[in-house]
Amino acid sequence: MPKIVLLWTDVVLYAMLLALAWYGWRIRVNDNLRANWWKVLRDPAAFSAAIVLALFALVTAADSVHFRRALAPSAGAPAGTQTFYATSTESLLDLMLSRQVAMRETGYSEPLAYLGLTKEPLEVDGKLKRDFPRLKHAGAHLTDPESQWAGDVTQRALAGATGGLLVAALIALATGALMSRTHGGLGAALRDIAADRSDLPLRAALLTVAVVCLIGGAVVGLMGHYHVFGTDRTGNDVLYQALKSVRTAFVIGTLATVATLPFAVVLGVLAGYFRGWVDEVIQYLYTTLSSVPNVLLIAACVLMVQVFLDKNPDLFETGLERSDLKIFLLCVILGLTGWATLCRLVRGETLKLRELEFVQAATAFGVSHARIMSRHIAPNVMHLVLITTVLSFSDLILYEAVLTYVGVGVDPSMNSFGGMINLARSEMSRDPVVWWSFAAAFGFMVTLVLAANLFADGVRDAFDPRARSFRPRFKRSIA
Amino acid sequence: MLNYLIRRIGYGVLILIGVNLFTFVLFFTVNTPDDMARLNIGGKRVTQDQIEKWKAERGYDKPLYWNKKEEGAAKLTKTIVWERSVSLFALQFGRSDARNAIDIGYEIKTRMGVSLQLALPLFILQVFASTAFALLLVFFRNSRIDFWGVVLCVLMLSISSLFYIIVGQYMFSRVLRLVPINGYAPGLDAVKFLILPILLSLLARLGGEARLYRAMFLEEIGKDYVRTARAKGLSEAVVLFRHVLKNALIPIITSAGSYLPYVFLGSLVFESFFGIPGLGAFVIEAITGQDFAIVRSMVFLGALLYIASYVIIDLTYTWADPRVRLS
Repeated sequence: MPKIVLLWTDVVLYAMLLALAWYGWRIRVNDNLRANWWKVLRDPAAFSAAIVLALFALVTAADSVHFRRALAPSAGAPAGTQTFYATSTESLLDLMLSRQVAMRETGYSEPLAYLGLTKEPLEVDGKLKRDFPRLKHAGAHLTDPESQWAGDVTQRALAGATGGLLVAALIALATGALMSRTHGGLGAALRDIAADRSDLPLRAALLTVAVVCLIGGAVVGLMGHYHVFGTDRTGNDVLYQALKSVRTAFVIGTLATVATLPFAVVLGVLAGYFRGWVDEVIQYLYTTLSSVPNVLLIAACVLMVQVFLDKNPDLFETGLERSDLKIFLLCVILGLTGWATLCRLVRGETLKLRELEFVQAATAFGVSHARIMSRHIAPNVMHLVLITTVLSFSDLILYEAVLTYVGVGVDPSMNSFGGMINLARSEMSRDPVVWWSFAAAFGFMVTLVLAANLFADGVRDAFDPRARSFRPRFKRSIA
Repeated sequence: MLNYLIRRIGYGVLILIGVNLFTFVLFFTVNTPDDMARLNIGGKRVTQDQIEKWKAERGYDKPLYWNKKEEGAAKLTKTIVWERSVSLFALQFGRSDARNAIDIGYEIKTRMGVSLQLALPLFILQVFASTAFALLLVFFRNSRIDFWGVVLCVLMLSISSLFYIIVGQYMFSRVLRLVPINGYAPGLDAVKFLILPILLSLLARLGGEARLYRAMFLEEIGKDYVRTARAKGLSEAVVLFRHVLKNALIPIITSAGSYLPYVFLGSLVFESFFGIPGLGAFVIEAITGQDFAIVRSMVFLGALLYIASYVIIDLTYTWADPRVRLS
């Protein structure tokens, strides 16, 4: 029985999942919220982006269940002795990708290659010769790689892609079947989807699903026997690293914004509601905070955290727990230093709200300050919180890369996009160029950030009526 | 006006005191002078004598916040926090904690010039390029150009600046061999070292800025005075450049002005990637070397520049919009 390990970030991610479920229930019961979220989903770009984001979230979830394997009891040990656990902490994602973890080569290799990148002295027919060595795992099943390789790769990729397309087709059929009652039969429903006559932009959504399934299918088809994105300097699979980096990006993107919320909302509402000296003090606090260039402030805090962690080595048991504590503290720092913008917005909105009739009515009824703030003002600034949260998600993911490059980001032992880019810098100056780590980080990161941006735009347009008019749209008749 | 300036500067001093206290508490409670001495002397076995000597040399041999041994006001002034803060306010940055003990003030003076060479042209080009691109999109609004222009903006702002740097360096320096990969030379030779970082930095920020400016222009374009201008029979170009551009200046100044501190502080990432010995690279060196004296000085300098740039922004408002009165 493996021992479940609860990391700090895991706990917070689970808590966030719970909060999300609660929010989902709020959407169900609150007509206003529901209408706004329907608006988000009616935006084709936002809906498609949401699907992509959901996939990344799934990867994150799978990578957030950690455990330590129980070691087999030594031979001859009496039954009932204490079981020992492996020193390395694994996650569900590691389990799913255990083949990729096991397929460790000895050095760089190109994507889909069956040979290593650098020549090594090899023994061929009893003679020593310098040549590219065969990889230990990738393409090991080929008996005559030179003639079989191309065919094998295409066959596996095609099989995977076909499988992916089948899945996509099944999803489309299922959607059609769900809609068949309102659209008069399955055929009519599918025709309506194809002609984009559905209530939600299902055509765009299903196209996204199809593209994801196509690419994902091909990758899945290949990844059992090849390194789809090559291997890095120590022979580790780059695809696996990129997938692990998704969690780091997600943790930073969500945790760091959530960490800003308590300060921003509480202080913002207090400042706007009480005005006077409370307002002055809070304004002074956030002006002071925002007057220090952000990177410097974060760097200063992270340096201190490093010193603190070095002094207290008994706070964590394994290496993973240490790097996890570090990323958790990084998020807290990002939260502590980043609440000024949202606080300013919330304060402004509260200043407006406190003069409105319903607040005056509540005051006239003798409702206490605390209750007015929590019941009447806080819910009415939540749209600002939502918009800021989704908008800053993508910024933070980009920021993580910069911070890691500067040397104040996540632990080097933790997979992250910033770390991959950082290594890519020296790899790009090698000869021959090692471009695949960089390309993989680029592909994953752009997809994630782009999806987050498109989704955020959709949310902002739905919740902030003023922003909607800036959407570019061209009329077919003109174009 | 004078009244405004005095008040603003007074508030600025208050903020600087806050920043200074904050960084001091942050640094010195986690990392006591003894720890700093141990780190900087290095080696496995550091004797207490060595530590005391190091502390005496650097002026760290006093209590942090409150000196019980002294009398009267000296209780407060003969402390590390007082001495360090007063010297910062006098812009005496002192020497770094590291073994070579470089003169921070001298470094800042020489490096700021280098940072300016990179950041000032960038700043000006940035404002021009973003405004021009945004105006183009607004001129062709609700057309295909606008739509795909915005798509391009979103795509560009989704790409990390590090990607621009690595790809740009690879393309222009390694493959095309147009400019050196990194380095710096004073005088006119600096151009060939600086042109690539400037262009790449411009590109990295263009998407976000242009999209922001476009929204600002569109907000103005719906207003009554624009309709009046059109009703007078003015051409769309005149409306845009004479009327809309002028009125959208205020938000543009606000957004561009927030970059002003970085014009002096330089860009951390770009400077260290291209080996330009500016202030940004200085900070990175200090961070990797855990030199807290430098980091503290730079935080102080950054806050100072931030406050100064906000005064400048406010002054520019009065120039851009005569209705704005500072009082």
